Amino acid sequence: MMLRLEQACKTYVGKSTPVHAIRDVSIDLDVGEFVAVQGPSGCGKTTVLLTAGGLLKPDSGQVLIAGQNPYALSPDARAAFRAQTIGFVFQQFHLVPYLDVLDNVLSPAFAATSPRQDVRQRAGQLIEHFGLAHREHHVPAELSSGERQRTALARALLNRPRLLLADEPTGNLDHESAKAVLGHLKEFSESGGAVLLVTHDDRAVPFAQRVIHLRDGRIPDPMDRSLGTIL
Amino acid sequence: MGFSFSNGRHANVWRLVLREIKHRRLNFAMGLLSVAVAVATLVGAQTLLTADHIITERLLNSKEVEVEKSVGEKQAAVKKAGTELQNVIRKQMLGLGFNVLILPESQSLSEIHLNGSMSATMPEEYVDRLANSKIVTVNHLLPSVTRRVRWDEQDCEIIVVGTRGEVPIQHRGLKKPLLDEVAAGRIVVGHEIHRQLDLNKGDIVQLKGRDLTVSKVHIERGSVDDVTVWINLAEAQEILGMQNLINAILALECDCAGDRISQIRAEISAILPGTQVIERYSQALTRAESRAKAKESAETALKEAEQFGMQQLALERRTRQNLEDRHAGFAAILVPLVILGSIVTIGLLALANSRQRSGEIGILRAIGLSTWQLMLVFLIKAAAIGLLGGLAGVSAGLMIGRLLGSAQSGGASWHELFAADNLLVVTLTAPLSALFISGLASWIPALLAARQDPAVILQLE
Repeated sequence: MMLRLEQACKTYVGKSTPVHAIRDVSIDLDVGEFVAVQGPSGCGKTTVLLTAGGLLKPDSGQVLIAGQNPYALSPDARAAFRAQTIGFVFQQFHLVPYLDVLDNVLSPAFAATSPRQDVRQRAGQLIEHFGLAHREHHVPAELSSGERQRTALARALLNRPRLLLADEPTGNLDHESAKAVLGHLKEFSESGGAVLLVTHDDRAVPFAQRVIHLRDGRIPDPMDRSLGTIL
Repeated sequence: MGFSFSNGRHANVWRLVLREIKHRRLNFAMGLLSVAVAVATLVGAQTLLTADHIITERLLNSKEVEVEKSVGEKQAAVKKAGTELQNVIRKQMLGLGFNVLILPESQSLSEIHLNGSMSATMPEEYVDRLANSKIVTVNHLLPSVTRRVRWDEQDCEIIVVGTRGEVPIQHRGLKKPLLDEVAAGRIVVGHEIHRQLDLNKGDIVQLKGRDLTVSKVHIERGSVDDVTVWINLAEAQEILGMQNLINAILALECDCAGDRISQIRAEISAILPGTQVIERYSQALTRAESRAKAKESAETALKEAEQFGMQQLALERRTRQNLEDRHAGFAAILVPLVILGSIVTIGLLALANSRQRSGEIGILRAIGLSTWQLMLVFLIKAAAIGLLGGLAGVSAGLMIGRLLGSAQSGGASWHELFAADNLLVVTLTAPLSALFISGLASWIPALLAARQDPAVILQLE
């Protein structure tokens, strides 16, 4: 099992009433599996992704990534664990604005100690693979949305993660770019990685092996946990 | 290839820092400027204070030399003037002498003062005895007879003085006679006699049946001299029936001031017992006193000149000290204020920078950078700001401080400035202090940035 969310609950305590972002959410994700979590805006999709990524500790329930509970680690050990195990892709790309494509792709290596030549070679391969070779020395402001997302994807894959978490990666993309990005995610899962995609975009459905529906922070059909929607 | 990767993590962070600095030049430039201003103020103030001190020392040394030179010149001038004055007075003394009158002990002084005449006598040989003695306090000896007589031929009363001129003192070298002898057959007349009797040089007059030619007419002296005639001693002794007798010996040009009259008296009475010695002319005493006073005045003037010089020196020292104190006082307020302002500015800039970079921080945290690595991103930048700003500030401070210092008396050279330990220490430690201060000011913003919850940031973004 690559990822297991067990009865995860998260409540945001605001100034007025508490907001129950997710309640008793359980998701299992196997190696080589591509799972999409679908739901409308505000249903708790991003909270599920951040919780699964070791970025947001659930109030209750358990998270296991490759058999390891990331929240049992110290913050820095958790950061290192994330760097080695997980790749993130976001709707807003979150590229470092002053680094060019190559440096952005290489940025996860800031936290790693991999031999430089390997990392450089891997970055080059990814850039080539995602069709960004001609943009290698361009900063994000000079790229199209599709190119930015492909750069973010390349960055997410640099450290050869086993789990890829994608939060609305096609939200800002045109049809072709979205299709290309989703294709790359599928390709990653087919190569042995696990992908958890949270989206409200129906274009993602054909690429996922399973779709889990989220409503008001809950998974209405408990069967979705492991089976999901059989396509 | 734009990425020069190395094995260590920090080298990567360096890359990130350099790119960020390049990207947000204004933020970096403002931080740099802030540090540079603070360091420049500190170093500039220290340079100015050091320059102040150097210039003070230089000015005071120069003033001291000037005063010493001026006093030296004055000393020489006073010495020269004193010598000249003594020569002049000596010449005047030749005319008037610091004189004592040696009289027979029985001579009434009242008679002299009331009548201008002397009735007591002593042997003329006394003068020779005195001249042959080893007397040291008297330079010139003039024996004389003095008698108030009626000048029957002119129907008036006069004082007749018979004088034979100077008697040389044997144990001394020959000196120019102080007073010329009145030659036989000649007569010198006082001013009042000349005026009343209309006697002029060359006129022939009769005195006690003897024809005498007027050889000189004295100018008005305002004393008994105006009603006195001077004739040859021998002729006077004959006219007055005083052969081989004299009334007085005038001892002229004594080698002493007024306070040594007792010494003269003792010396003379040892040689000529039965005589009395009186000071003859107070004018002569006055002259001697004047000479002493002139010397005293010169010495006083010299002392005053020295005192004035010292006062000027003290004034200069006070003025410079005041200037130094003013500068030091101003620096004591300005420097901490500017440094504090700089710390606050750097802190605010770092805080603004961390807020501006929250998205970037969130993703870097998400992809695995540790708290320490993220802090390092901010602290390396702060260190760069501190070090570069410190170096720029040191350069600017040295230039500005020296420039301001140069406004005073040519300023101080670099060599002089750096010979002062304080400035050297400040110059060497300022960049390190700036590094420390910049790091300190950035520490809290860096910590806040590094401790931001990536989940919160990414959710907000």
